[in-house]
Amino acid sequence: MADVRDALMVGKTSDGKLVRRPLSPHLQVYKPQITSALSIFHRVTGVALSVGTLMLVWWLVAAATSDAAYATASGFIGSWFGMLLLFGWTVALWYHFCAGIRHLFWDAGYGFELPTVHLTGKLVLAATAVLSVLTWIVIFAVR
Amino acid sequence: MADTKGPEIAIRRSMLGRARGLGAAKSGTAHWWAMKATSLALIPLTLWMLGSMIGLQGATRAQVAAWAGGPITATLVLATIAGLFHHMYLGVQTVIEDYIHDERPRIAWLMVTKGVAWLLGLASAISVLKLAFTG
Repeated sequence: MADVRDALMVGKTSDGKLVRRPLSPHLQVYKPQITSALSIFHRVTGVALSVGTLMLVWWLVAAATSDAAYATASGFIGSWFGMLLLFGWTVALWYHFCAGIRHLFWDAGYGFELPTVHLTGKLVLAATAVLSVLTWIVIFAVR
Repeated sequence: MADTKGPEIAIRRSMLGRARGLGAAKSGTAHWWAMKATSLALIPLTLWMLGSMIGLQGATRAQVAAWAGGPITATLVLATIAGLFHHMYLGVQTVIEDYIHDERPRIAWLMVTKGVAWLLGLASAISVLKLAFTG
């Protein structure tokens, strides 16, 4: 037993024999399901949005720096590549937003029955699509 | 560890002593609550910020400064920045703790991530304050 944490991996059977506790099987063992897929999406979009904050920070810092810096930042954000990033960012944002609300309901103790879990999962996907499209309709309408 | 004889416990400490400071007994509850509180705060703040950003498309720097200069606007942008970077750090922390098992690189990555989250948050906050106070 090299480590204290190893000691925690040892349990007792009902007849008092010491056994090593089993580890839960990892991701690739399971068949992909809507529940696991949406959970993975939530994490992936969270990390993507974290990287996406760089664009927000750049925009704010540039606006506080100079006209030239602001022109560079808004020029990039308004370019086709910037708009493509923004599009991915809005989809990720709406997904993380809706799935996050689903998590808050779970945390409050609601929606654990399997049919409900599947239904809310589909609702999150539908809401993401609708809200992303609506956002871009508004973006182009306001321009 | 050779498992021929089966596992055994060589450490002479109580069950409680061995569990303290490890796993779920660390600071999971505070982390969980902070995640919930920041998510709830970010629901209205994100909607407001997204709406404001859409309204500011193609705005000049003077227009952005005028927008940030309103005291309520400045307050809400600062609140969004604080909530956003706190929430972001908590999330990335979970990802790092899940995938980096060795203690040294894990602690290094956590420190780097926390530093980056603070710097990005401070840079954003100071930019908003500068826009609000000096244009």
